[in-house]
Amino acid sequence: MASLLLQNIAKSYGTVEVLKDIDLDIEQGELIVFVGPSGCGKSTLLRMIAGLEKITGGDLYIDGERMNDTPPSKRGIAMVFQSYALYPHMTVYDNMAFALKVAKMPKAEIDQRVRNAGKILQLTDYLDRLPKALSGGQRQRVAIGRSIVRDPKVYLFDEPLSNLDAALRVDTRIEIAQLKENMPESTMIYVTHDQVEAMTLATRIVVLNNKTHTIAQFGTPLDLYQRPENTFVAQFIGSPKMNLLPGTISAAQDTTTTIDVTAGGVATVPVSAAGLPSGTEVQLGVRPEDFVVAQPGDAVIFEGQASYTEKLGEVTVVYFTPRDGEDSVIAKIPGIADVSKGTQLSLTASPDKLHLFDASGHSFFYK
Amino acid sequence: MNPIILALVTVVLGVIACVTYFFGSNWVLDRIYPDTGPNAGRNINRANAVRPWLFMLPAIAILGLYLVYPVFNSIWLSMMDRSRENFVGLENYRWMIADDKFQESLFNNAMWLIIVPAMSTLFGLIAAGLTDRIWWGNIAKSLIFMPMAISFVGASVIWKFIYDYRGEDQTQIGLLNSIVTSLGGDPQAWITIPFWNDIFLMVILIWIQTGFAMVILSAALRGIPEETIEAAVLDGAGPLTVFFKIKIPQIAGTIAVVWTTITILVLKVFDIVFAMTNGEWGTQVLANYMYRMTFIDGHAGRGSAIALTIMVLVIPIMIWNIRNALKENA
Repeated sequence: MASLLLQNIAKSYGTVEVLKDIDLDIEQGELIVFVGPSGCGKSTLLRMIAGLEKITGGDLYIDGERMNDTPPSKRGIAMVFQSYALYPHMTVYDNMAFALKVAKMPKAEIDQRVRNAGKILQLTDYLDRLPKALSGGQRQRVAIGRSIVRDPKVYLFDEPLSNLDAALRVDTRIEIAQLKENMPESTMIYVTHDQVEAMTLATRIVVLNNKTHTIAQFGTPLDLYQRPENTFVAQFIGSPKMNLLPGTISAAQDTTTTIDVTAGGVATVPVSAAGLPSGTEVQLGVRPEDFVVAQPGDAVIFEGQASYTEKLGEVTVVYFTPRDGEDSVIAKIPGIADVSKGTQLSLTASPDKLHLFDASGHSFFYK
Repeated sequence: MNPIILALVTVVLGVIACVTYFFGSNWVLDRIYPDTGPNAGRNINRANAVRPWLFMLPAIAILGLYLVYPVFNSIWLSMMDRSRENFVGLENYRWMIADDKFQESLFNNAMWLIIVPAMSTLFGLIAAGLTDRIWWGNIAKSLIFMPMAISFVGASVIWKFIYDYRGEDQTQIGLLNSIVTSLGGDPQAWITIPFWNDIFLMVILIWIQTGFAMVILSAALRGIPEETIEAAVLDGAGPLTVFFKIKIPQIAGTIAVVWTTITILVLKVFDIVFAMTNGEWGTQVLANYMYRMTFIDGHAGRGSAIALTIMVLVIPIMIWNIRNALKENA
């Protein structure tokens, strides 16, 4: 039940920087997801909040109190580990009671808390079992129960679903969402590399960039999807990733900008690039699902020959032959489209679904 | 013939004989149950059922000859008199139970059994826990492990110099006595002091076995998932709580195996006592007494009775140890 403030947090191992300039203001009751590709430092950031990794720069405040040098157990946090980290020699009951016993809490209260957590997590029938006699999903719940009994200010989750199979992952994701709903006061931080988990669970998402080791964007899930600040976020959120079509400005008006796409095609984007001369290089971003097949009279943004198609029933994913040095353009057409290898397609998209980035990858929307 | 050439020829012939046996017996088996023809499936199954026995037969035969046969021969011998000709029934056992020296050996063995495995495991555990945390831990580990490479007799020679005593008015060359005299004390003939000399002998075995315990326990400690320790730290556990409540229980099985392995070794302790005191001054142990009876006193009947006593004591620990080790691997 706490707010978190990270100011200018940095982490380096010797001369190797793994995180820098991390500024986050997290309010009480939020569920914040750290997401990013492998090696972006998301787990390291979580472990720094937990106190398992030393903070090498900046300040961490929990409820306004500086925590940089406070030992992990005094920070009012509880953590669910990727491997669950259950104590294999203790029963489910003792696993959950361990922290309370260490804290010398009265027996009656320990018992009441553990049984309560067991009830919330449907573990009542398993309290006497050892972890090895539980299924993966049950172990996961014990790990969560171990956090709940401590009634921490902040819950930390380190990729808690990555050891579960696909079906169980969906169920457990929903369980965590419901758990959060039942504890609206508690603050949670959740690390994952799975963007579906990020999009469905988070009140706000922190996208970390593995090249610059900084925050690429911090915002609500739909913000990240609809208004990515840069090409890194644009291509990280959404699957398949957003197409980036190189082009040049042909006319910059007050509220719209017209782009000549290098591969042929024209687009008018409702953002201002006022002051920039025509001929300035830009990147036009179009999500695969935002492409529609152009009708006669529509402004064609992209034209090409399908080189490969995936018919998933619900959608048809079309891959176009890439131009030299560029990624394949991908379009997601609803339903079972009559497209196969070699089919020539003209695509367009609604102007409000278009994204425009400058040559260095920053969105014009935020200028 | 030159003995070296003879030895070489024997080795080469032995290897050839082994290879011939395994290939040959396998070939014959494949002829009896060919994996082609109408009964190929049944033949393969039968051949697979027979093959392990075929390959293990030499080992079983040799183990039987050198381990099982001596056991029965010892049982037989233990019921014979000194001349090995006259059957005396349980007379040797009756003598053994009444014998002062046997009782002393049994008592000493019990002391060894309690103290040596406990101390070796304890020191091994401490060494394993501490060496993992320091940069020169691997050097320390090598030093602690090194005595394992020394034979028991060699170790005894080293410790003889430590416990050495040279008469009241002579220069003391023993390490222990030189420490004692430099502190102003009187030199002692350490290995003749009743009760304490037992402990001094045990120190030698503890010195040797601590390395063994340390290596096995250190590997076990490293096998503990790091996240369970981090979870305990987050749960507020201090270093001691983590060690005793999280680490030790997770390696309890390994501790038991180390403990029992040293226990079995201790039950058979012979060399150290033989080299240091030869069982004098109240330090006699079963294995040394068995040796003494059989080869010095020349009474194989009594010696065999003592040998069987040792065997009866070892077997239950052995079974427990093997069960534990199997459980560890499962």
